[in-house]
Amino acid sequence: MVQSVEQIERVDRRVPLVLGGKSFHEVTEAIAAPIEGRTPKLWWIIFSAAVTLLGILVASTGYLFYEGTGIWGLNNPAGWGWAIVNFVFWVGIGHAGTLISAILFLFRQKWRTSINRFAEAMTLFAVACALLFPTIHVGRVWLLYYVFPIPNQMQMWPQFRSPLLWDVFAVTIYGTVSLLFWYVGLIPDLATMRDRAKSALGRMLYGFFSLGWRGSNRHWQHYEVAYLILAGLATPLVLSVHSIVSFDFATSVIPGWHTTIFPPYFVAGAIFSGFGMVLTLMIIARWAFKLEHIMTMRHLENMAKITLLTGTMVGYAYGIEFFIAWYSGNQFEQFTFISRMFGPYSWAYWTMVSCNVFIPQLLWFRKIRTNVKVLFVISIFVNIGMWFERFVIVATSLTRDFLPSSWAYYSPTIWDVAALVGSFGLFFTLFLLFLRFLPMIAVAEIKGVLPQANPHHGHTPHAEESHAGATPAPAEAKE
Amino acid sequence: MAKRYAMAMDTRLCVGCTACVLACKTENNVPDGYTRDWVEEVVSGTFPTLQLELRSNRCQHCDNAPCVSACPTGASYIGPGGVVLVNADKCTGCKACIASCPYNARFVHPKGHVDKCTFCTHRTAKGKQPACVTVCPTSALVFGDRNDPDSSISQLLRSRRYKRANVEAGTKPNMFFLI
Repeated sequence: MVQSVEQIERVDRRVPLVLGGKSFHEVTEAIAAPIEGRTPKLWWIIFSAAVTLLGILVASTGYLFYEGTGIWGLNNPAGWGWAIVNFVFWVGIGHAGTLISAILFLFRQKWRTSINRFAEAMTLFAVACALLFPTIHVGRVWLLYYVFPIPNQMQMWPQFRSPLLWDVFAVTIYGTVSLLFWYVGLIPDLATMRDRAKSALGRMLYGFFSLGWRGSNRHWQHYEVAYLILAGLATPLVLSVHSIVSFDFATSVIPGWHTTIFPPYFVAGAIFSGFGMVLTLMIIARWAFKLEHIMTMRHLENMAKITLLTGTMVGYAYGIEFFIAWYSGNQFEQFTFISRMFGPYSWAYWTMVSCNVFIPQLLWFRKIRTNVKVLFVISIFVNIGMWFERFVIVATSLTRDFLPSSWAYYSPTIWDVAALVGSFGLFFTLFLLFLRFLPMIAVAEIKGVLPQANPHHGHTPHAEESHAGATPAPAEAKE
Repeated sequence: MAKRYAMAMDTRLCVGCTACVLACKTENNVPDGYTRDWVEEVVSGTFPTLQLELRSNRCQHCDNAPCVSACPTGASYIGPGGVVLVNADKCTGCKACIASCPYNARFVHPKGHVDKCTFCTHRTAKGKQPACVTVCPTSALVFGDRNDPDSSISQLLRSRRYKRANVEAGTKPNMFFLI
């Protein structure tokens, strides 16, 4: 008898990672269905909205190139505004994918298999959005190649002491490794889609990108080694990329930025925001594509626990910043933090604290963690709160630094809003295309965590000896 | 010994006429709405015993300039005489220098590059004084080579008390306010 989700959740033991006792074939069918079936109306509606927002991004960026960053209201003292806020926000979102893929893989957390592909795709699209902002923010994009160490006849080299240059390396390397990791993981599934494709175009495209995969033992061995190496390479990058992004602020001398806690604080915040976004997208996708038996409540609950942990770390960082400002005896540092709490941007500060620290505390309760609707609302609050965190860091320090003569109140313009909502358009356009044309769950990996993949599945301890030479299921070679 | 240019500003002599600001705008063709130097009015004390200090201020041409290390392309650099300069042709307009400068001495020029005080290097290279110094009616501004013990600025810094702005930022500024 198949138990319902609720019945299983009540049992005081770990529930299976895939519910409903599905066979290998049924899993493939379930994951391939959104790609092979007719395009749902809902997909078209959301896709149209996303493309419209993307159009806003293209138009506003065109005007930005024509007119300059003055349309964003950027100049002294607020030389950085929403563009940098959006950059840090999107880089942060891009953290969860590789964390789930690489770090949880190395720690043998099998529950990652249902969500890693999904989260990796989110990472890639978030990094694409993140790279967009510093690019268009420079104002003179035609000179951007100066930041790359390209040998040239002018004997020009970048300034290697600049944290912005470190950013260029950190984010592009992170993006490249994440792309490779995602693509390598996709190869067996692309081959599955190739073999199932009914159209010639589908066979050709899936066939081209599956690199001639045939699922032989040698293929799996190479795949395993490549996957492990990429996981090893990606793991330090998860920690380094946001540490380096934090150096954009921490290496300057501006009060509120010049602090050693920034790297761990930023990394924790990035994982927090990344998991927030994965939760938001996953809850929608599992409902829309009826994949609740693969993206189960156990997955949601585990993610909620990590969200709670990282949210609490972020809350600790908020608190310790105040302590250090007081303990340093530096009047400028002290003033900056008092100003954050009670100054002209206090509304943003308290929004940040409420969304990132207070609301996630609800996740201590199992009833909340296992309530999908409440979890969805909390994840939205996390997304909002983490955007505000970056806004608070950028706006409060730049407009309330050492000299009262250079204090100001930074306000965004309509073009800032257009760039932000447009970046969501870019993100969702790419993400919806991914959901429609690529397997959103790693088919090969999910088969590896099915009970049938275990060579001892269905055998009593006494019967094991007689089955010692049994042929393993093809997918088990993976795990 | 290599030259190390610096500027001293006598807060007792400044009358806040802003002639230095106008001279700079004229000399350097600074666009409307922007200034490379400015006059600050700092009020201290409690009414009725208030004290007003006027400061003609500009880029501090720091020895340890955060704007130079923040610039990803090397457009911000230390030029001859230790003067912090911007190569407009190499500036991408990323504004990292503006964000990192604790003195808010930089701005984005309407042409897209960052601009700031140069200590009028085009004049000092010919042995002239910066434009702001030449027009000051009370001679509150003194410019010269700190490495030359006989220069007027070195003598002033030896004989007068002075303060510098935001020394705790570790920038080692070269703008001295005589008090």
